[in-house]
Amino acid sequence: MSGAVSGMSGAVPGKSAAIEVRAVEKRFGNVGIIRDLNLSVAKGERHAVIGPNGAGKSTTFNLISGHIKPTSGEVKLNGDVISGLRPFEINRRGLSRSFQVTNVFARMSVWENVRCAVLWATGHRYAFWKNVDSLPEVRERTAQILDDIHLTHRRDVPAGLLTYAEQRELEIGITIASGATVVMLDEPTAGMSHAETDRAVSLIRRLTEGKTLVIVEHDMSVVFGLADRISVLVYGHIIASGTPEEIRRDPKVKEAYLGEEAH
Amino acid sequence: MTAKPISTSKPAGDGLRFYGVWLIGIAALIVLPLIFSSGGSLTSFSLIGIAIVFALSYNILLGQTGLLSFGHAVHYGLGGFAACHMMNAVVSHGWPIPLPFIPLFGGIGGLVFAIIIGWVMTKRAGTVFAMISLGIGELVASSSLILRSVFGGEAGITTDRTALPKMFGWSFGPQVQVYYVIAFWLVLSAIAMYALTRTPLGRISNAVRDNPERVQFIGYDPHVVRYLAYCFAGFFAGVAGGLTAINFEIANSALLGAIQSGLVLFSTFIGGIAYFFGPILGAILVTYLQLGLTGLTSVWQLYFGIIFIGIVMFAPGGIAGLLMMHRPLVRAGTLWTVIPSYLVAVVPTVALACGVILTIETVARYSGGDPINLFGIPFNAKSPVTWVAAAVLVVGGAFVARLTWRRIADAWDRAATVARDRGYLA
Ligand SMILES: Nc1ncnc2c1ncn2[C@@H]1O[C@H](COP(=O)(O)OP(=O)(O)O)[C@@H](O)[C@H]1O
Ligand SMILES: [Mg+2]
Repeated sequence: MSGAVSGMSGAVPGKSAAIEVRAVEKRFGNVGIIRDLNLSVAKGERHAVIGPNGAGKSTTFNLISGHIKPTSGEVKLNGDVISGLRPFEINRRGLSRSFQVTNVFARMSVWENVRCAVLWATGHRYAFWKNVDSLPEVRERTAQILDDIHLTHRRDVPAGLLTYAEQRELEIGITIASGATVVMLDEPTAGMSHAETDRAVSLIRRLTEGKTLVIVEHDMSVVFGLADRISVLVYGHIIASGTPEEIRRDPKVKEAYLGEEAH
Repeated sequence: MTAKPISTSKPAGDGLRFYGVWLIGIAALIVLPLIFSSGGSLTSFSLIGIAIVFALSYNILLGQTGLLSFGHAVHYGLGGFAACHMMNAVVSHGWPIPLPFIPLFGGIGGLVFAIIIGWVMTKRAGTVFAMISLGIGELVASSSLILRSVFGGEAGITTDRTALPKMFGWSFGPQVQVYYVIAFWLVLSAIAMYALTRTPLGRISNAVRDNPERVQFIGYDPHVVRYLAYCFAGFFAGVAGGLTAINFEIANSALLGAIQSGLVLFSTFIGGIAYFFGPILGAILVTYLQLGLTGLTSVWQLYFGIIFIGIVMFAPGGIAGLLMMHRPLVRAGTLWTVIPSYLVAVVPTVALACGVILTIETVARYSGGDPINLFGIPFNAKSPVTWVAAAVLVVGGAFVARLTWRRIADAWDRAATVARDRGYLA
């Protein structure tokens, strides 16, 4: 899958792009955090966004997922303009994101957390005439995801009482539960040990098979091992976008980022 | 990667226990008037039944959706007015609608108003919602005195429940027949509200309560979720209001005022908002206290305030929270290790409570000069002996009680550790 896609030029706009960010600016007050951002992610591609802390990676995620609105410019999902839509409208169109700082339903059980994330996509929406416990497809999908994220044995524990690594896995589970075709993960492995990171990466690899993935990641070995394409964000601007090989060779990237922080 | 077959159905014993609890509750409601048949008991049971429906409806907002309303009685009161108008209309038009159907119209009254104001109110949660609910409460309460044709001014709207068509040969004049109407609607409403918690909307309401931001990223508009929850709460508050209208044969502006709104918040919170049965316990306790204390002391609201503060500070989970805290200990078989420390604490704690009561009553009656009669023992508010007794009880009780409370905490920690080791506590 990924082999076929990486041959495609991610910079070509048009129907093939899952995500298309064009000339997006974001200012907080007078401070321009995102400047002339252009990003194209092809369908089925695994795209890593890297850049120093404070570069605007999470802000970019917020702009794409509708958490905040761009000051100017536009964002397209599968060819349709989504900038200006509310987050749930964007989510219903098949884009799902995780958060850098764990963002779960703390007082609800692990099972309930994942199940809530399954409900909209399985068509149950705001139903108040159905027993949530007797919806077979919801139950099966929830069980499957818990199994995938290795939290089946913790299903009845309130999410707030999970360990940090478990919460990060739940975060991924909630994000992929809806079956979205475009998945955005914001530093899913941040704060994890080496072993936990390895486990999380193989989990991500497996769960996003056949989907479009945009991931923010700091560990360069993970980035270069996982991504079909990489974009480098510095001071709210993408200075380079290309295959791992192109990025590795790019002099601007070396100077701005890899040179000082290479692992 | 096939999913392991994971059963979400609970063990058979749980299901049995679940239906058992409901059946016992229903059986108790049926036989209560047979055991306690005095007029006073029937009146109390009727009021408690209404209070339970009202408190459960409030918990759809507070416990399940995380919405703190200071104006929930608006729907209760409007339900009451709707029911009164409906009853009068039934009588004057000769419609074939017997009394037991009237609470439905109360519910519709509460629901219609929720549909109208709910959308604006639930745009935001938190402080904004709380403030708007307070404002709406004041607005409706004051309008009710101005719009005389609808609300009947100070006097309110009166009705005669016996003038409606009979059902099963019942005229619904005697209190016991009214009690059964209330009990019927209590069961119906409680089952419906419990079922609501187990629907997709019910679960998403919990998610909105916990984290409204994240809900947006799993496809849900938290505003719509809050609005729907608000409409359900408004409907069941209206049912409770309709029952009140039947019970008293009157609806007036007091039904939808701030005092009612405060009382339902108070009952629900004291009972415990984290469990479905919490508001039931709260409504029972508060209604009894209200009935009992109003006759005993003129400063009963002060006691309500103290109880409320005590619960907020020391047991934010309410009575239900306190009870459920013990469940893992019961399961682990370590409950008996904490019981002795409870028993030891009873004496000084009661002494402290008596001291506080004596102090309050002494201060309250000092200027009035009427004699105090506490639990059959007379006291003189002007006598230094009374003051000294109060001071000794408060200071001494507090001192000793603190020591015994610490013992409870220690015993509790040990029991909880064992329960945790045995895997009954997360
Ligand atoms: N809501 C906000 N208001 C003001 N400044 C913000 C806001 N969100 C992010 N920023 C600023 O934008 C910059 C980029 O932040 P972020 O996107 O979180 O960086 P990254 O994820 O690349 O580490 C930071 O300087 C941050 O302080
Ligand atoms: Mg970030």
